Amino acid sequence: MTAPAIELKGISKSFGPVQANKDIAIRVMPGTIHGIIGENGAGKSTLMSILYGFYKADTGEIFIRGERTEIPDSQAAIRAGIGMVFQHFKLVQNFTVLENIVLGAEDGALLKGSLSKARTLLKQLSEEYELHVDPDAKIEDLGVGMQQRVEILKALYRRADILILDEPTGVLTPAEADHLFRILEGLKREGKTIILITHKLREIMETTDTVSVMRRGEMTATVKTAETTPQELAELMVGREVLLRVDKQAATPGETVLNVENLQVVDGSGVERLRGISLNVKRGEILGICGVAGNGQSELLEVLGGMRPGKGRVTVNGQELDLTGAESDARTRRRRGIAHVPEDRQEEGLIMDFFAWENVAFGYHDDARYQRGAMMNNDAIREDAEAKIAKFDVRPANCWLKAKNFSGGNQQKIVIARELERNPDLLLVGQPTRGVDIGAIEFIHEQIVALRDAGKAVLLVSVELDEILSLSDRIAVIFDGRIMGERLPSETDERELGLLMAGITDTDKDHSVDEIEENLAHATGKAG
Amino acid sequence: MDKLPKWADVALIPLINLILALIVSGLVVALIGQDPFEALAIMVNGAVGSTYGWGYTLFYATNFIFTGLAVAIAFHARLFNIGGEGQAQLGSLGVALVCLMVPWPHWLIALPVAILGGGLFGAAWAAIPAYLQATRGSHIVITTIMFNFIASALLVYLLVSALKAPGMAPESARFVEGSHLPTAREVLGAIGIDFARTPMNVSFIVALLACWGLWLLLWRTRLGYEIRAFGHSDKAAVYAGINPVRITMITMLISGALAGLMAINAVMGEQERLLQDNVLGAGFVGIAVALMGRSHPVGVFIAAVLFGALYQGGAELEFETSIPREMIVVIQALVILFTGALDGMVRSPLEKAFLRFRRQPDKPGVPAE
Amino acid sequence: MTTMKTLLGAVAASALAAGAAMAEPGLIIDLGGKFDKSFNESAYNGAQRWVEDNDGADYLETELASEAQREQTMRRMADRGANPVVVLGFANGSTLEQVAPDYPETNFVIVDMVVDQPNVQSIVFAEHQGSYLVGMMAAMASETGTVSFVGGMDVPLIRKFACGYAQGAKAANPDVEVIANMTGTTPAAWNDPVKGGELTRSQISQGSDVVFAAAGGTGVGVLQAAADEGELAIGVDSNQNYLHPGNMLTSMVKRVDNAVYDAFTAAAEGELQTGIVVKDLSNDGVGVAMDEFNEDLVTEEMMAAVEEARAAIVSGELEVHDYTSDDSCPALTF
Repeated sequence: MTAPAIELKGISKSFGPVQANKDIAIRVMPGTIHGIIGENGAGKSTLMSILYGFYKADTGEIFIRGERTEIPDSQAAIRAGIGMVFQHFKLVQNFTVLENIVLGAEDGALLKGSLSKARTLLKQLSEEYELHVDPDAKIEDLGVGMQQRVEILKALYRRADILILDEPTGVLTPAEADHLFRILEGLKREGKTIILITHKLREIMETTDTVSVMRRGEMTATVKTAETTPQELAELMVGREVLLRVDKQAATPGETVLNVENLQVVDGSGVERLRGISLNVKRGEILGICGVAGNGQSELLEVLGGMRPGKGRVTVNGQELDLTGAESDARTRRRRGIAHVPEDRQEEGLIMDFFAWENVAFGYHDDARYQRGAMMNNDAIREDAEAKIAKFDVRPANCWLKAKNFSGGNQQKIVIARELERNPDLLLVGQPTRGVDIGAIEFIHEQIVALRDAGKAVLLVSVELDEILSLSDRIAVIFDGRIMGERLPSETDERELGLLMAGITDTDKDHSVDEIEENLAHATGKAG
Repeated sequence: MDKLPKWADVALIPLINLILALIVSGLVVALIGQDPFEALAIMVNGAVGSTYGWGYTLFYATNFIFTGLAVAIAFHARLFNIGGEGQAQLGSLGVALVCLMVPWPHWLIALPVAILGGGLFGAAWAAIPAYLQATRGSHIVITTIMFNFIASALLVYLLVSALKAPGMAPESARFVEGSHLPTAREVLGAIGIDFARTPMNVSFIVALLACWGLWLLLWRTRLGYEIRAFGHSDKAAVYAGINPVRITMITMLISGALAGLMAINAVMGEQERLLQDNVLGAGFVGIAVALMGRSHPVGVFIAAVLFGALYQGGAELEFETSIPREMIVVIQALVILFTGALDGMVRSPLEKAFLRFRRQPDKPGVPAE
Repeated sequence: MTTMKTLLGAVAASALAAGAAMAEPGLIIDLGGKFDKSFNESAYNGAQRWVEDNDGADYLETELASEAQREQTMRRMADRGANPVVVLGFANGSTLEQVAPDYPETNFVIVDMVVDQPNVQSIVFAEHQGSYLVGMMAAMASETGTVSFVGGMDVPLIRKFACGYAQGAKAANPDVEVIANMTGTTPAAWNDPVKGGELTRSQISQGSDVVFAAAGGTGVGVLQAAADEGELAIGVDSNQNYLHPGNMLTSMVKRVDNAVYDAFTAAAEGELQTGIVVKDLSNDGVGVAMDEFNEDLVTEEMMAAVEEARAAIVSGELEVHDYTSDDSCPALTF
């Protein structure tokens, strides 16, 4: 029997009172794709960071191809043949593909030799693995999928034969993701070992040979993918039975709450982000907006939420919103019955260094009930916070903890609690379950559906197609600042939505991945 | 989970920083052939060993409280106001104008107006960089430091022209008797306590009130809530309907006003006339004070007293030993360096040390990364 | 620890000072530094000479840190029992006016300024007289017919130097052109050798070949620039001839050292007189420095002219106009 490509024994790592990894053991055989799945905060990224030399394990041993190896830093990891593709690419935006690949691995002081050597190798690699990239293109002109390929090429150029990918499909369309998996298959055939970190069950089921499940810093199981089911994996991740589909009644839409006509947004650097969007959301209805990140959906939420100015005509309950003037701020929007769960709860929805109770008042801090004369009535806020924390089962139920000390799911629950409890007419919600563990996803979805059932209008933006498909009553696809079309969830599928997301409307025909890539790169300009 | 317990963050780290600074300063003193322990004894005695020492220590501390608070409130809005020096200079101009223009009958009437004058002038000086930052994105660090030079030049201009008193020195006329602020000696003397003749005066009380007022503002009012929220994340502030331009302006106006208030202590309380070099670098010391005091009014107060002691102790060292002036500046600079700039040097090993001794079982709901 | 006692408070310390008949004298070195090769250094040298001449005697000395610390420093010196307390420069005037009455048992000596308090001795120098003499020498040494002056801070005191200088130059050569520049309007101008050098070069480019610096620490830059350009320079306060032998025509010495020495000596003997003391040519308070460094540059003719003028001034036959007497100068416009 051959030695495993990677074997970890008894790896433990603590950050203060938090045990991120507890006695982890794992064996990855060469020439396989090994998935690591787990909720956010389960310790996947910590484990990989130990393997890549970013952290030092408190205890435990690492064996690479059967040999015990110390990995004190990422240079050592690279020497050991490990390559890492991060969730957030580490590329220099205004360098060419070739320069980025060579960066940090130059042969000498002069670049010329390395560059021509890299060019030859790059040609060879792209042919071998379907990794086509223009070596002289600048990174900033490439789409996200292309950039990811550059990251993979970077690792291969450094002679990696063990490749770790951290949530690689988070920013990709389904077609791009499929292409990525074909590349990974190719690499596997060449004898490379691949570790795929993800929280998407579908990807695990489709691509991996074996899968390890992590929960709360422990490795709960390692199984052959062929011998398991998504249901079983989900249970292993969460530790209890979970519902993977949202259980909801058919919608009974009422009169229109939100009506948007020809909405346009130009950002600070003069780029047109929304090029005339029209849509409407009715009472008792969830309108899902899907699209690849960076196609204007964030701007749509922001302009409706009063975070940036726009042009066009927007009415809520028949009354027009001020999109540019003195009343175009978020405060006024809240008074008009618009609640907003922002896409980025850490940067927008919460103040991470504020206590939970302070965050419960965030955005509503000038409510009369939170005031006592010239001062704020902190007692009233705390009382309110405790009630909301209890009702939304925020754990730990301690309003004196800072927001940053809650897990992603519980942070999101605080935001949801704050926004939903206002009983808004219109809820704007962006990426409601991004970085949220499965257990909390269920709960958050239930809350959103409950709000709809109470006759409120919901505008949902998400990059997770699964989420859009299962929550929405109607789906609008956004591409390059325009709505490409509306579909009913019952009458569409991921393939069709994926093509629309890439700006291709003749969805009956076949389209190559490169065509999709090119379209997207053109539309988004750059990553994100 | 915060990596350090609160007491370590607010007390232990500054203490270690201070000790490190003293050790390095001690080495410097030893290097030039003096006894570091004697030097330390002289400094400590000089700063807190007598009512004379305390008077000067607290006099300097009063300056540093004002400038420290000025930097601290700006920090809360993540604005780095390093223009305290210039704002204090303008504040001194405001205070001087108030004291010179009106024949004040009594200090109780003069003081509130002087507070207004110093505050307004300081705020006005901060307003321009604040406006440029808020609406034009000109970095406030650059603009405020530039304004320090302009303030200094402006003061020089006025002191050799319009405000110059007869005589050769570039200084204004003496303030009228009625604007004289009671010193600690006068106040305590009235109740039978013998206190040395020092410039410490009732401004110290104003400084204490300013600490309390700032605490109230930051943690008990909507404005403070908005300032802190804006400081943590400007995107989040916009999300919450907080107007960044408004908060930037208001914060900097308060910051400038606090820096300007320093003048009621230095100019009205001590010099009793406008001098060219009246801020004595307190604007910059304020940055170290705010850093060391973790931008909390109580911390600022403690740090200001410490720096006041350092200043006074340094002056004594100069009197008592043959350690040259420059060396004393070096020692003071070392303390500022260690307590202000090199905070991280102590923090991260200390965090590690704490983590090692505090391993506890996993808590539910605590994220692992 | 004897120092401890002095730390126990101002009241105790003043009492101590009052009781000490044979207190040590104190000297506060002004801004610009002890070794400014000029005003402060001259005072320091006077104090050192007094120490040497009085075996075992000692004095207290401290250096001023900043403008705003004058009062603390002055009081601190008085509290520690120094008597007399010697302060240097006109900038101390307004502070001393306030401080002196609080220490009736302590005598103060102020140089370059008159402070009208019963316990203050004010020493003023007849700088215009000395400047007149070096002005004559400058005009006689000049080949271009242009001489110049670099002042420190633009105050009447320095204009007094410049005015005396211009009068002397014009007396020696009625056609001479005198250029005068001031370094600045603030105390910083006393310690800005870079700017001093720039001004000097600018004056030389305008034709000046003799430069007189009356600028404290700034003067070092003036003298250096003149030497670099191969022109002549005239020093001030201390004898600065040794700084650039061959390029130093002379120095207008202002015997601050003597003033300090005399004050220390008089105080030690219990004979310090308060009131105004004028140091002029007649009592060698000001003068022209002659030594081995400049003997080759000074001609017989110059020596004779200077000696003649000196005698005339001392006898009252020749009166040099003092700028500070009416804030105007007949020989120079500023």
